[in-house]
Amino acid sequence: MIALAALAVPFTAALLAPVLAQLVRRWLAVLLAVFPLALFLFWLRLVPLFASGREETIGVSWIPSFGVEFSVLIDGLSLTFALLVSGIGTLIVLFAGAYLKGDARLPRFLCYLFLFMGAMQGLVLANDLIMLFVFWELTSISSFLLIGFDRERMASRRAAIQALVVTGMGGLSLLAGFLLIRYASGASSLSEVLALGDGLRELPVYMACFILVLGGAFTKSAQFPFHFWLPNAMEAPTPVSAYLHSATMVKAGVYLLMRLQPAMGGTTAWETVLPIFGAITLLAGTILGLRQTDLKLVLAYTTVASLGLLVMLTGFGTEGALAGAVLYLIAHSLFKGGLFMVAGGIDHEAGSRDLRHLSGLRHGMPLTFAIALLCALSMGGLPPFVGFLAKEEMYYGLFKDGGWAMALLAAAIIGNGLMLALGFIVGLRPFLGKEMKAPKHAHEGPFDLWIGPAILALCGLAAGIFYHFFHEMISIPMASAVAGENVPIEISPIPHISAAFYLTLLTIAFGVGVYLLQDRLRSAIDRALVALGWGPDRGFDQAISGLSHLAHRVTYFFQNGRLDLYMTTVFCVLAFTLLFSLAFFSELPELPGWPELALHEWTILLIIVVGIGTVIMAHNRLTAIVSLGIQGFGVAVLFMLQGAPDLSFTQFMVETLSVVILALVMTRIPLAKTDHRSNPEKLIDGGIALLCGVGLGGLLLAVTQTPFDGRLSEFYEEFSRAIAHGRNIVNVIIVDFRGLDTLGEIAVVMVAGLAVLGLIRIRRPRVEDIATPVGDRS
Amino acid sequence: MRTVIFRTVAPFLTALMIIFSIFILLRGHNEPGGGFIGGLIAASANAVYGIACGVSPVRRSLRFHPMAIAGAGLFIAALAGCASLFAKAGFLTGLWTELHLFSQSIDLSTPLFFDIGVYLVVLGTFSSITLALEEREVE
Repeated sequence: MIALAALAVPFTAALLAPVLAQLVRRWLAVLLAVFPLALFLFWLRLVPLFASGREETIGVSWIPSFGVEFSVLIDGLSLTFALLVSGIGTLIVLFAGAYLKGDARLPRFLCYLFLFMGAMQGLVLANDLIMLFVFWELTSISSFLLIGFDRERMASRRAAIQALVVTGMGGLSLLAGFLLIRYASGASSLSEVLALGDGLRELPVYMACFILVLGGAFTKSAQFPFHFWLPNAMEAPTPVSAYLHSATMVKAGVYLLMRLQPAMGGTTAWETVLPIFGAITLLAGTILGLRQTDLKLVLAYTTVASLGLLVMLTGFGTEGALAGAVLYLIAHSLFKGGLFMVAGGIDHEAGSRDLRHLSGLRHGMPLTFAIALLCALSMGGLPPFVGFLAKEEMYYGLFKDGGWAMALLAAAIIGNGLMLALGFIVGLRPFLGKEMKAPKHAHEGPFDLWIGPAILALCGLAAGIFYHFFHEMISIPMASAVAGENVPIEISPIPHISAAFYLTLLTIAFGVGVYLLQDRLRSAIDRALVALGWGPDRGFDQAISGLSHLAHRVTYFFQNGRLDLYMTTVFCVLAFTLLFSLAFFSELPELPGWPELALHEWTILLIIVVGIGTVIMAHNRLTAIVSLGIQGFGVAVLFMLQGAPDLSFTQFMVETLSVVILALVMTRIPLAKTDHRSNPEKLIDGGIALLCGVGLGGLLLAVTQTPFDGRLSEFYEEFSRAIAHGRNIVNVIIVDFRGLDTLGEIAVVMVAGLAVLGLIRIRRPRVEDIATPVGDRS
Repeated sequence: MRTVIFRTVAPFLTALMIIFSIFILLRGHNEPGGGFIGGLIAASANAVYGIACGVSPVRRSLRFHPMAIAGAGLFIAALAGCASLFAKAGFLTGLWTELHLFSQSIDLSTPLFFDIGVYLVVLGTFSSITLALEEREVE
């Protein structure tokens, strides 16, 4: 049960952040970092228990009527992710405290960051499909807040909206996929899905499930052709980029694919679609990344590429490939988080992130240089770093006979080579060369600015050196969970002569070559892309503007601003609906006999008829409104006589108020004082009115002629005194039996009142505003 | 509309209507009446006062913005529903107690507060609409 409570810890921290900010300022981030640190230690303590491949689910019922549970699934895969989320989260919180030091927005920033952390942790631990979806969308929403953190900047708002639209649509697709899985197989949680064995793959709707789930995973993990939102999301402050886009959020899609691999993987669709899109993403990401000069953007594109690589390996699905994917995922989290924070540190201390303006930083920032180098070497896949283990394992995994495996191997080699070059571009190039004339004099940042990347870099090194322990505790349990069976991993950082060794040499040579030729390659890619002139990013803008144009057209068609047309439409539809349904289902009422009425009842009827007659004959609007009131009063008296005092009472008040309000409205809106319609128009309107009247009258007659079911009123008569202590049944129903309805209704009354108030207060539009439709004003 | 007679009578009429509306509100549970009708009567009282003497005296006498009153009403109604949560009953379950005051017993209940909330919402919303309409635009 503690595991369930752990889910709430980041959210608690998110709530506390603004409160604590009032008390402490300088040490806010350090203080709050205790929360994720505690989580990290908690998950770390569980690692040895789950190292043997144990898997456990804990849950409580959440929405029992739909069989939705609030449950977590703990095994090697989710535990590793939980460790990454909380561990890197701790370092990021520290880093953010230093990065945004003295910024008044820091508490808000930390609040969002914790919100995101909680969402991500919930996502990777969730067992129930619906719960997983809720956390999935929560990561989209919290990352929207984080990416758009600089809300005054147009670019960051656009990036935030883009990320939300793309990942949000993917989320909906995922929900559809989950629901389909649930209804087709009856499994409502991941553990049940995994326990199905071949059940999911043999379903007739497998293909639909596959495509829908893939829609969610691909948008979240920025796979081609949805890769464009991730580099744009670099508009967020650097701590966010480091967290969201290297360590966690974008891996949610990969997590989902890995999680479902035992249940959905192994089919032809899975083994072709995933590697193809993964390989394209890998190559596109690295090539586009080579073009960038902004450190963060370079890293962002390598993230895209890495995600492509992970998807490719997950899709390939052999034991070796899965082990390679697992190792690479951990390695990537460590070195990418570190490099992002290094880039943030350079930006913070040297005042620029542009490669062309940075050089010779090794003199001012030797420590940062060391950290960056460690991360870059791991990224390049050199021994003895964990990145090397990952690369070797993936080469072993992909090294198979057959053209398909060879093609993927080639893609992996090219991708890895380019990644090595890009790693060196970020981790080496700004530090070499002669000292620059930077915007700021470069010097080492404060302790909490470099401690995070230093720890991550050392972890990457330690995992490579103590590989035996690392494999046993982390990578084997995780790979086993992904593969659905026990996967042994025995890769070590000591190179030995084999095919993979030669491929490594090839990769390194290729990468170093690219690194040396980077400037020439950059301008070549630039020229090619300019010549192409279109990309998914542009496409997104075009799609959005097309959508808003369409919406505008549709709105303008229906809301053309002519009240008489609206009214005619509404009443025509009303008349048609009533008469058609009565006639079509042959429920036309029988005409009732002429009733015996007392004299006073005749009088009231006369008043009503006279009222209606006056409304129709009135030449002046005020007369018409008052006559309408007369007619309404007549109806209210009828209610009273029929024994409904409450109803008639209300009717009296409503009639009075509506006459007052209508009269007041009439004095404000510019209408002709008298009726301006021509006789044919009057005839048409009268016809419509008559049809509506006949329809409504017929409906009422039909209702009264059906046999009356008195169970409900009997219930109220019997219990209103006993349960609700009231003799006035109407009031008892309103405030007691159906109190929730009333609460909703008064809320509606109030919101409608606010809307009316807004309409009254609106400034009368100028002529030119009416001439140009709203959408075109900008 | 603003004849001397109307202007003189309107404040008294309004006061009477308000008192009557509260009476209607409180008797609602056993006799015809209740929060909705009471609120409508109070809103018409304000409308009458506004038509007779202008909008600003009404706004002054209300002290708060009518929409704020409506908001408070919604809040009270929701709060009255929450009270039952402390008694481990479902949301909006009626709770009853008796209060002995001057040798009279008065029934107090959460539905009463709920009804007061309804009253305030209706009063606030309709008053703010009528008052806004009575106000002439100043441009």
